[in-house]
This record gives sequence, C-alpha cells and structure tokens, in this order.
Amino acid sequence: MALLEVRDVTLRFGGIVALDGVSFDVEEGQISGLIGPNGAGKTTAFNVITRLYKPDSGEVLLDGSSILKAPAHKIVGKGVARTFQNIQLFRTMSVLENVLVGAHGRGRRIGPDDAYEVLDVVGLRERALFPAAALPYGIQKRVELARALVAKPRLLLLDEPAGGLNHEEVYELGEFIRKIRDDFELTVLLVEHHMNLVMRISDDVNVLSFGRKIASGPPARVRADPAVIEAYLGADDEHDDDEPSPNGTPQVSDTVSDTEREDEA
Amino acid sequence: MLAAAFTDFMQQVVSGLASGGIYALLALALVIIHRSTGVINFAQGEMATLSAYIAWALIAHHSWGYWPAFAATLVISFVGGIGIHTAVIRPVERGSVLRIVIVTIGLLVAINGFVVWQWSGEPQQLQSPFGTDVYDVGGVVVAAHDIGTITVALGIVLLLGALFRFTKVGLALRAAAVNPEEARLVGVRVSWMLGLGWGLAALLGAVAGMLTAPTVGLDPNMMAAVLIYAFAAAILGGIDSPIGAVVGGLLIGVLLNMLSFLSQYGMFDWFTEELRLPMALLIILAVLLVRPHGILGRPEVKRV
Repeated sequence: MALLEVRDVTLRFGGIVALDGVSFDVEEGQISGLIGPNGAGKTTAFNVITRLYKPDSGEVLLDGSSILKAPAHKIVGKGVARTFQNIQLFRTMSVLENVLVGAHGRGRRIGPDDAYEVLDVVGLRERALFPAAALPYGIQKRVELARALVAKPRLLLLDEPAGGLNHEEVYELGEFIRKIRDDFELTVLLVEHHMNLVMRISDDVNVLSFGRKIASGPPARVRADPAVIEAYLGADDEHDDDEPSPNGTPQVSDTVSDTEREDEA
Repeated sequence: MLAAAFTDFMQQVVSGLASGGIYALLALALVIIHRSTGVINFAQGEMATLSAYIAWALIAHHSWGYWPAFAATLVISFVGGIGIHTAVIRPVERGSVLRIVIVTIGLLVAINGFVVWQWSGEPQQLQSPFGTDVYDVGGVVVAAHDIGTITVALGIVLLLGALFRFTKVGLALRAAAVNPEEARLVGVRVSWMLGLGWGLAALLGAVAGMLTAPTVGLDPNMMAAVLIYAFAAAILGGIDSPIGAVVGGLLIGVLLNMLSFLSQYGMFDWFTEELRLPMALLIILAVLLVRPHGILGRPEVKRV
C-alpha cells in the first residue's frame, strides 16, 4: 500500500477548478516529483494534503486512513511536514526557536537536543540564535527544512526547494534530499520547477496541468510523454506560436524560464 | 534651592514610575491582543475595571482576605478573558479589522453598563494590599503602595517574559501571533493560543485595575484615562513589542510627571494637571507621525 494516496480530489475556487479529479500515490521511501506549468495546482495539492484547503470531493489517505477529518494542527502529529514556496518562518523568532516550534505537534519527546541535531544536518548550528528574518534567503530555506525535519515526519512535502539557488547549489540540494530521505527514513513529495533536479532524483513523477493529472510514471517516460511536452510548450504559445522545437525531438527543458516561476495560488 | 529641586525631581520620578508601572501592565495587555488578534482592544480598560470590582465584591460582600481575593480575581479574569474571546471575538475574527474593533467597543459599553447595573455608579473604596504607609527617603516621600505597584508590575512583566521565552506554550503563543497559518502546520492549535492571549491580557488588566483603584477610587470609569495612557505607552514603545510596552509605560508615567515638575519651576508654566490626558494624545499623534513603529517596534514592511 502506498504511504500517501490522493484519490479523485476536486477543489474549486469560485468558478475555477484548481484540482479536477486528481489521483496519485506516493510509495513509502520514495522521492516522488509533482510537476506542472504554473497554475497547474501543485501547491494547491500540497495545501489539500496539509489540510489548509478542504477539497470539494475526493479523499486523501495516509497509510490507508483518511486525513481529511483531521484539523490542520493535527497533521504534523500524523507525520506530515512541509516547506513552503514562499518561505513561511516565524520571522521574529530565532533559528533555534523556529526549529523548536516545529516539534510542537510531536509533544514533549522532542527538545533542544533534537533541534540542534537537525540544525547540524542543515549546517546551521552556529546560526541557532540568529533571528530568522535576518538571514539570507537560501539560509532561511534551510531553517524551514530543519523545522520540518525536527517533527520527525514520515512524509515530507517540499515546495520548490531549489527556488533561488544556482546550478551547483541545485546539484547539492538533490544529493541532500536523497541523503535526508535515507537518514530520516522519509518519503518525499517534491514540487519543483527545476526539471533537471526532479528528473534526476525522483523515483516517480506526476504531472499536473490546469488542475488535471496528465501523466505519471518514471522520470524518463514522463519526460518524453507528448502530453507533458504539449503542456509545457503549450504554455508559451502566446509568444512563439508555431515555432518548431530546436532539434526536432522536443524535450521538456531543464529549467523553466524565470517568468514562469511566479507564485502560484 | 538646588537640593530642593532635586528632591522634587526625584519625587516626580518615583510617582511617575508607579503610575507608569500600571500603564505598562495595561499597555502590555494591549500589545498581547494586538499581536494575536490584530486589533486594539478598546474594552481593555473596562475589563480591568470589572476585575477590580470583582476583587472589591469578594472583599466587601464576601469578607475574603485581600490576597485570596486578589488570586481569585486573577483566575476569574483569566478565564473570563478566554471566555470573551470564545464568545464574541472568535465569531468575527475572520472578518475585517473594523468588525473586531466595533465588537471591542461594544464590549466596552456592555461591561461598563454591567458594572453600573450590578454595583451602581457610586464610587467604592478598594484597599491597597500594601497599606497606607509612607516613607521619607532623603526628603522624597515614597508611599508603600507605590513601591508595591512598581514591584508587582515588574514581577508580572518578568514572569510573562519567562513564559514567552522559556516555555513550550510561550513559544507556541508567539508562533501563533507571528504566523498563524504556519503555526497550525507545526501543530499549534492557533485558536486556543489566541484565547490564551485574551486570558493573559485580561489577567494583566486585572492587576492594573486592582492597583489603580486604591489611588483613584473604584468607579466604573476609573480606567478610561489609564487606557489612554496605556495607548500612548503601547504606541510609544511599539505596538508589537512587549518590551516596548513596558518601556513606553514607564516613560509615559515619568514624562508626564516631568512636565508637572518643570511647570513648578517656571518652564512650560502653561502646563496644568488637566493637560495630562491631552499630552498623552499628543504623544500618540507625534509618534504615529514621526516613528509609527515606536521605539522598539519593527517597521512594517509589506511585500507587494
């Protein structure tokens, strides 16, 4: 049985269908990519899984039982932690306090020692007492990750962890995600625009477009899927309508242009 | 002459610190609610008055001792604050700020009406737990009540600071105030934390009310002016800064007394006691114009 099962989830905002009958599974211990052009519903799916949004229909199962009855503050106790596309730190609190509060839902068993342990993992022990807001963007992302890890989740949702990183850093991030998956015995669901990263480290990829799932499977197969290529290239068709792809065999590009990395609702 | 002036100066500082301690407590209550609920609680003064009346009723009508009545009032106020949040604030919490503000103004009127209905508008006397002794310290007259007020105010502030900084629930309270959505995702029950904030604010108000009543007389409107000074203190210190509220409270208390002192010696001789309240309003206005985030607050930066 898969650790996470998303079953036929539909969510509308007014007239907009943000998620349209989306289903996918995430197998235990895997890194699973969730990709799609802007507005495809990736972050919305995260928000459904973490109970910030309530779907109109469908089911989300963790380990076979529904999590849709649980309020948002109970989700971390069920073993689901996440990071955000736009960093969501407790800005006025120190790095250590941010990490400590990450363990809130896990009761008294987790204390400062555990917090320092995960700060070591992300290499931030020395910055423990800095106010979170004073740190550079890339460091803040690591604080957020440490805060998610300290809750000892089974399922870690990463929303665009590579945002704002350069090429080398993205490579290191990929290795790092694999390492924490192994060390912390995690299952990872990864939303990322950085296609190279997703394709390199994912065991399995699901593709959303306009709220529907259009493809799923191993990275190589998804990458060559005509529907996926269409979804990505089609997204630009206002600018370059009939331009043929450069080398005749279209592939989803490694990185999506910056204009496509704007926030998505 | 100079020695006499110095004695007068110290006299004003001491009594300024005592009234400033009370402003600090009430300002801290305003800051706690502003951080968690995002509004100024206009009912904060009346909540404090109600608490003082409860203490008085326990002592005068039920012949409780002072300290048991004091402790019971703190508990009742704390629970009452949580109750107010649950009953009238939570239903409108997701609405606009204006709606919550109007509800707090409604609360102000309702509590004031309740106090008059229950205990009549007649002024009553609530004793000071510190007695009526006065000490002469090198010519400066120091009332035991003033020393007690300053001590209790600082003690409460330190306790609260320790709660926020060193306890798990304090960490959760701060997290819920800074980023409620994310706090929910790390497992903090945000609505409880907001209620807890109202409980703590009511408790602070209760202390302020019980310490104010012995000096001005227990009366349904006794906190009206104190609330304005507390506003000034909170704005001066920074409306989101608990430490700022305390610093602001003490500063306002001493600053206003300095004007009295200076007017005694011919400077600002237009200043009379009647101008204390307008001065507090002037301070609010000046801070909002010159440094809206106050002395210790953070400037609000919105990403657009």
